[in-house]
Amino acid sequence: MTTVTKQPPRVAAPTTKQIGIVAVVLAAIAWVLTLPPIMARTPVPSIVLGVTAAVIGVAVLRDSNHRRLGGVTVAIGLIAIPLAIAMTNQTSANVREVFTWSAVVASGLTFATPLIWAALGGIISERSGVVNVGLEGMMLVGCYFGIFGADVCSSWVLGMLIGMASGGLLGLLHAYFSIHLRANQVVSGVAINLLATGITGYLFVAHYGDNGTPGTLPQVPNVTLPVIDHITFLDDAVGRQTNLLTWVGLLLVPVVWWYLFRTRAGLRLRAIGEQPRAASTVGLKVVATRYGAVVTSGMLAALGGVYLSDGFDGSFNFDMTDGRGFIALAAVIFGKWNPFGALAATILFGFSTALAYRLQTFSQTLGTLFQALPYVLTLIAVAGLIGRSRPPAASGIPYVKE
Amino acid sequence: MKLPPSVSRTGRALLVPLTTVVIAFVVAGLVMGLTGTNPFKTYVSIFDGTGLNWLFPWVGGQTRTIASQDLQQTLVATAPLILTGLAVAFAFRAGLFNIGAQGQYTVGSVLAIWVGTSFTHMNPVLHIVASIVAAALIGGAWAALAGWLKAVVGTHEVISTIMLNWIAIWVATYLFQENGPLQGKQALGNPVSNTLPNNVHLPVFWGNPALQGLDVGIFIGLAAAVVFWAIMNRSTLGYEVRAVGHNPDAARGAGINVARNYVVTMAICGAFAGLASSVDVLGWQFQVSTADISGSQVGFLGIAVALLGRNTAIGTVAAALLFGALETGTAADNINASVINPELAPQLTLIIEGLVVLLVSTDLIAVRLLGLPRRLGLGRPEPGADLAQALEPDDAAAQAAAVEGFDAGPATTGL
Repeated sequence: MTTVTKQPPRVAAPTTKQIGIVAVVLAAIAWVLTLPPIMARTPVPSIVLGVTAAVIGVAVLRDSNHRRLGGVTVAIGLIAIPLAIAMTNQTSANVREVFTWSAVVASGLTFATPLIWAALGGIISERSGVVNVGLEGMMLVGCYFGIFGADVCSSWVLGMLIGMASGGLLGLLHAYFSIHLRANQVVSGVAINLLATGITGYLFVAHYGDNGTPGTLPQVPNVTLPVIDHITFLDDAVGRQTNLLTWVGLLLVPVVWWYLFRTRAGLRLRAIGEQPRAASTVGLKVVATRYGAVVTSGMLAALGGVYLSDGFDGSFNFDMTDGRGFIALAAVIFGKWNPFGALAATILFGFSTALAYRLQTFSQTLGTLFQALPYVLTLIAVAGLIGRSRPPAASGIPYVKE
Repeated sequence: MKLPPSVSRTGRALLVPLTTVVIAFVVAGLVMGLTGTNPFKTYVSIFDGTGLNWLFPWVGGQTRTIASQDLQQTLVATAPLILTGLAVAFAFRAGLFNIGAQGQYTVGSVLAIWVGTSFTHMNPVLHIVASIVAAALIGGAWAALAGWLKAVVGTHEVISTIMLNWIAIWVATYLFQENGPLQGKQALGNPVSNTLPNNVHLPVFWGNPALQGLDVGIFIGLAAAVVFWAIMNRSTLGYEVRAVGHNPDAARGAGINVARNYVVTMAICGAFAGLASSVDVLGWQFQVSTADISGSQVGFLGIAVALLGRNTAIGTVAAALLFGALETGTAADNINASVINPELAPQLTLIIEGLVVLLVSTDLIAVRLLGLPRRLGLGRPEPGADLAQALEPDDAAAQAAAVEGFDAGPATTGL
């Protein structure tokens, strides 16, 4: 919508993008009006705002450069309307119960934690040029061996280490096939997932039989932060009930970012993922670096698994990762192979999952439908905000030294 | 290391996967041996459980009757696997990774059962056809959504199909759950759909319909494989799909509408997956429960089937048969409990499947093994073989062979 005028206008007309962003903000206001702490008891303002946003969104859509922004504006503007109606139909007490934000944060972090670990693993592997579809399997062995280790050694620390080692071993297998045997990496990853399901299931049946894992196991502890546990909101949200692995996982996000984008080793890793031949020419060790990255990736994903089994659940069950490795894979792409981007994806996913569970207070029947919410939101977010993402150039391509 | 040139291309395409399958069974046998199970007895038991012993003329009497029932089971399990395998393979040929076959299968089963249990006054044949077509259409539409998102806003199909899987699963669970809109009228507290009337079942042509004999679903699977082959190798669309799979930029340069191609490709994939669900629903399930929705793995197994079948029609059929046989042979009521714990057997299947897929991911192992006799100086020397070897560095040749086998496999999906 650039105007072709000979004299520049004194006040710059707002660009389509700015208009779109204003509409998104309007839609966002429509969303929160009926939620605590504002708690409007009539849907009218939200409906007006939502419709306005959607109409502006349609206008933005007409500009072919800003289709995506327009689409997302229309989507969230329209969703605001049923949301507001649903909220105002509920009693205030119900709404307050569902949207106890501190509890949402606490539970959202719980859901996000395993994804953060696995996504960080995925980023490191793919930045080095090895696609890791096997994250799911690597998490799953972490689940089993974390519990198994904690049980056999009666120590959660050893359980964590054994779980991590199992993921590392599976990573080594993936690395050997991907790097040494120049396997098709997607195929190898799919195989890793099948193998992990079979191996953990086999060992689980053979070792624990019908009784399942023992009820009392040394678990990865929750950490109470000294000052924060006395601050309102923060105490319930993160102060008391947050697992050690959640904290470490969150801390690892800037660490991995720093490593990838601010250290020499990280630069080398990325160079190997983009241009292995050039990297090799200047003396970088392509094969060794990739091995290291894939094994590290396996260990990180496995720690996500350890959190699931020995941190959160305290037990193991067949195929308990239930597709989380694939969600983590999606988070890697969503985040454009950047740790902070992936973190945003896992947080979005974790929080909407937490909300979906809490929304069951409204209606048990509809509660099941709400379970689809995290996936719908992620899909909208990816389609609307992320769009085309470019993987590391050499990712998925076996490296053949000349 | 290259196979002797005397081995034809077809022979090579057969030898490599067969060798990998053999290696997988040997490795899984070692696992069994190490964990105190007799691998030989287990394999015999699994083989008998698949009903493939029916093919042996000397098997007779009671054993033969049981074998025929088992073989019917195997083929019943094979039919949907062929279809979900094709659903994944078609996408791979276009350079797309369709993880969404499970979701496309799920929406398909919802519509198959809904159409099948509604419109009760319809002509039975038309009713069956309508139900199948509805499942294929919704599956196609569901997948096309992912293709459309990729074409229009560039959303990576891995993300969108994973998300669509879960959306499909939760929506279907909602529909059939207790008090859900599609819960059966006779379900009485069970989260199950209505039951299909008898005249909307796919006809059983071998065995006893009451004992889940073999229905015509297997022919739907085989026909779909032929359609797959025809589209891929004998149509302009297939040529375009393969061109996009090899190099989307070059295809665009050559005037192919890549965006439209993504949508059409995904729609075809989804239609295959939707067909798979109708084959299951109308063939033997006759109703859909929330447990069926969450427990089904047939779409995910389709990925492994496609990969083992190297994304070709005939390969997918063969791989589906192997997987269907393994699933049936290790099912708890088929396995000999004195040989292996029936609960362990399905896990063993997963391990074997995993090993098979792992080994087909690379041809280097098989190629090296098959080249071993010649390396050791056995057999007739090939004229020009030395020259070929001198020209091509050892593993680069094997790599070329591996790439040749895959025909724009998933490597181009660039995750």
